Amino acid sequence: MISVKLKLKGMQQFMRGTVDFKEGIVGINGDQITVDKLPFDIPLSGTVYGTILNYKGAYETLKTSMHKEPYKEPPKAPILYIKPANTLISSDAVIPLPEDISELEMGAALGVVIGTQATKIAEDEAFDYVFGYTVVNDVSIPHESVYRPAVKEKARDGFCPAGPWIIEREAVKNPDELNIYVYINGQLKQENNTSNLIRPIGKLLADVTAFMTLYEGDTLLVGIPENAPLASVNDHVQIEIEGVGKLQNTIKSEKNLLGGL
Amino acid sequence: MKHARVVYNGSIHHAIEKKGNMQLNDGQIVKENEVIWLPPVGPRTVFTLGLNYVDHAKELDFNVPKEPLVFLKGPNTFTGHLSKTYRPSDVSFMHYECELAVVIGDTARNVRKEEAYDYVAGYTVANDYVMRDYLENYYRPNLRAKNRDACTPLGPWLVDAQDISDPMNLTLRTYVNGAVTQEGTTADMILGVPELIEYLTSFMTLSAGDIILTGTPKGSVDTKVGDEVVTEIEGIGRLVNTIIGEDTLTKTK
Repeated sequence: MISVKLKLKGMQQFMRGTVDFKEGIVGINGDQITVDKLPFDIPLSGTVYGTILNYKGAYETLKTSMHKEPYKEPPKAPILYIKPANTLISSDAVIPLPEDISELEMGAALGVVIGTQATKIAEDEAFDYVFGYTVVNDVSIPHESVYRPAVKEKARDGFCPAGPWIIEREAVKNPDELNIYVYINGQLKQENNTSNLIRPIGKLLADVTAFMTLYEGDTLLVGIPENAPLASVNDHVQIEIEGVGKLQNTIKSEKNLLGGL
Repeated sequence: MKHARVVYNGSIHHAIEKKGNMQLNDGQIVKENEVIWLPPVGPRTVFTLGLNYVDHAKELDFNVPKEPLVFLKGPNTFTGHLSKTYRPSDVSFMHYECELAVVIGDTARNVRKEEAYDYVAGYTVANDYVMRDYLENYYRPNLRAKNRDACTPLGPWLVDAQDISDPMNLTLRTYVNGAVTQEGTTADMILGVPELIEYLTSFMTLSAGDIILTGTPKGSVDTKVGDEVVTEIEGIGRLVNTIIGEDTLTKTK
């Protein structure tokens, strides 16, 4: 039995459920409901932190520049950023495309949801602090330089779809070996695997909590694979992480957004 | 009016300043040294400006950036008045940054600078410590240098916006062990409070309780274990913090 924590629209509290991936059915309080009938809300409650340059391929892309200006040397510690509260939306919600922008990067990320306040934790105990996993789309306005924090590119309203649920830790046998697929309008545009992480999840949690506390409910995105696919207005985007879930959203022009909801 | 969030007798209270003492929300009058001070606003989304004073940018050998240098901070980094902040033992340069903190009062999107003050609830003082040894040139200033636990004291008071006639003309001072080490004025900000609100709301929504730390002027000096660091802004408050050694925080199994 695969156990999930989820939030449904119109209800303040979180729900517990079970998922049958093969049949596409969620069980909640004895009811069996098909996934596409459930009005999912954002399943996350804490701060969402992202990690850059943690996929080998993403690191390789920048590697030749790392000894040049402005970077000067390769990164030592994990490089993080924050997806603030205004960016969070649920699965099935609309990603707003800013008026002066034509394409957005779809950053397919495994989100590790923290279960117990974690400070200076050891790598071999890291999973004791994990509640579960979710699927996150770290949406960005395309930008090449990672020298300065990308708040304008990454922190826009609706730029962090997450969900549809949090799957419990025990249900994912090896989070360091999960296939990730990104489909745009039904076409497979990207495929990667968390086995390509430079810092696997335990090591990443240890290295991050060496300098900052992660609280219960916080989510750490383990990285964005290289060559993040681009999507544009009216595109339907689905990110699937094997054994974790499928997150789907549609992009609409920011200008028409409220009318289009 | 000046507001604080404090712990007294095991409960969290909203308090207001009352003739040098404080009045808790249940009416009790207590002394300022009888409470534990929390940040006056529970941090939600917090922005910080880098290089927003010309003299500080020059001090660090940076040109004034074309695009405002904005970064975000997590809730782990905030602590209150009279708190202690630890200095890692391998750090050679840890400096304070005295900053005017602007607390947003209402949902704000596409706000013009002429109307920006309508969206300000009030002001407080921030001390935005940085461990310069940990700076790396990726999303600089990176979180390891700027978002450490209890590394951003905030407070003591949230001062209502209407009580500050001109937030763009306030003296900032930092004292280390009583000696002035940093002095500047908010008049020297490159982007002032209205421009920052206009800039941020031009691409995202700000909500009540969001905070903008507006950057620091020149005068960054290394601080050592045992130093008392006071960041003070005219009319807003005097925020006291003490540096402690990392050995006091070692975890044992």
